[in-house]
Amino acid sequence: MKQKLYQRIWKKRDLFLLLLIPVTWYIVFKYIPMYGVQLAFKRYNPALGITRSPWVGLKYFKQFFHSYYFWDLLWNTLSLSLYQMLIGFPLPIFLALMVNEIHLRFFQKFVQNVTYIPHFLSTVVVVSMLNLFCDPIYGIFNKFLGLLGMAAVDYMAKPGAFQTLYVFSNVWQNMGFNSIIYIAVLSSLNQDMYEAATIDGCSRFKQILYISFPELLPTIMILFVMRVGSLMNVGFEKVLLMQNPVNMSRSNIIATFVYTNGIQKGEFSYSTAIGLFNSVINFILLFGANRFSKKLTGSSLW
Amino acid sequence: MFISITYAISVFLVCVVLYPLIFVVSASFSDPDLVLSGKVVLLPKGFTLKPYAMVFENEEIWMGYLNTVIYTVLGTFINVVMTILLAYPLSRHDMPLRKPITLMIVFTMYFEGGMIPTYLLVRQLGLYDTIWAMIIPTAISTYNFIVAKSFFESSIPKELYESAEIDGCSDIRTLGQIVIPLSPAIIAVLALYYAVDTWNSYFNALIYLQNEKLFPLQIILRNILLLGQTEQMGSNDVGMGEKIKMAEAIKYSAIVISSLPILCVYPFIQKYFVKGVMIGAVKG
Repeated sequence: MKQKLYQRIWKKRDLFLLLLIPVTWYIVFKYIPMYGVQLAFKRYNPALGITRSPWVGLKYFKQFFHSYYFWDLLWNTLSLSLYQMLIGFPLPIFLALMVNEIHLRFFQKFVQNVTYIPHFLSTVVVVSMLNLFCDPIYGIFNKFLGLLGMAAVDYMAKPGAFQTLYVFSNVWQNMGFNSIIYIAVLSSLNQDMYEAATIDGCSRFKQILYISFPELLPTIMILFVMRVGSLMNVGFEKVLLMQNPVNMSRSNIIATFVYTNGIQKGEFSYSTAIGLFNSVINFILLFGANRFSKKLTGSSLW
Repeated sequence: MFISITYAISVFLVCVVLYPLIFVVSASFSDPDLVLSGKVVLLPKGFTLKPYAMVFENEEIWMGYLNTVIYTVLGTFINVVMTILLAYPLSRHDMPLRKPITLMIVFTMYFEGGMIPTYLLVRQLGLYDTIWAMIIPTAISTYNFIVAKSFFESSIPKELYESAEIDGCSDIRTLGQIVIPLSPAIIAVLALYYAVDTWNSYFNALIYLQNEKLFPLQIILRNILLLGQTEQMGSNDVGMGEKIKMAEAIKYSAIVISSLPILCVYPFIQKYFVKGVMIGAVKG
């Protein structure tokens, strides 16, 4: 006999009681800000609050699209993100395949544990290290280049070097940690496949190509979809720390612009509109990538 | 041939990852003059503890340290409790409305109100410039919720809940007496994820705090290391050149001191991190 929904809920009221606080938290801290997104279409007046501020339609979006910095911001955001994806996405896979080929147990563990360490440093520390190493007078990086006969350059203040520094310091920090999931998949594979392949005279390299890599593919696709879905979400906290007046032409991205314009200058409505533009593009990319992956490999997020 | 290439690349990689870390530690123990002139390459030269002494004299760093410890301990406790309260009911197969509630939560991973509406909300709730601004807006991470939920779903069999119910154990008591005692691993994973996040975060403090007495360590570090606010350090009777030198020298020791707690516990916790990634990946 099927009970009515409210009867079933009443029977499980204890569980709902447990949910009360966390679900309220989600409503307050996640859904109320979503409601607050209407700010993008209103001229915010602190005295009136969000709900009663007057509507202005698409004024702020138009203002943004017509501003002289629109294309720069968009390009800086997208190119940084694509660069990061191009370098940062395949390297953990490569690392996992390599670690899987190390058959000395202790050395395998050693490589893994060492490459995970930088993940636990804070962004502030990593950016500080970059600053220290790249210092044109005292930095160790410039001292090395000096040995090779190259002139010292203040890389942190060089707009053209910004993206490369950002991407490769990220690789240094996260490559190991991001490889964990692939290593886990590889180590759960049935070893008989490799044995059979060896007996059939398949070389180690070919085993990677025809066994390891195909087995990783579904995981790769899922992570790829998630990555594409956050294409516009560059780790802006790090970008913000790396910013200086000299490299602004390359390091100013949409999210840091929202911060400086909104929180620091107090243009709340305009910045909300820009933030919303960012989220919507992300959402579209995520849907697109998921569709694509579903068609191509059958693996998808939902 | 293939094997030796693999090993060669691995060794190279280990060196690339370790070198900056070793260099920072060595530089922090070396004579500042030798560091600045590039004499320190791998191991400390002209061993000294002076930079550390200077960092220890700095009251700001101590206050930041204390604040960060408070935020991390209190915050992690609240994080873990909230995450379990959310994940446990939603992991039970006999929970009505389980799907829609879960969907409503996971949706926030893909779409959110953004920085400004959240900021205005925090101000309106009166959390601005209080320690709660460091704790409540980050009370639950949806990713960690998914990790906890899939752990409960996969490791606690349905039959256990059924027999608890037959024995007349209420659902809340089941959580306290059956589920939690069976889940030390997931509690460790959650606590570690949250603790590291809180310890390392700076952005919420940057936008929500104005009172310098509340600043966490990361903000103090940012001021010293990135904005170069080191004037207050060192005695006044030394010359300008000496000051610049000491300002550079204490940067290395400040990095070491701030990262030390996490790197010290790292060997003990790394297996839990790995576990967390794997549990999360089941459903992810």
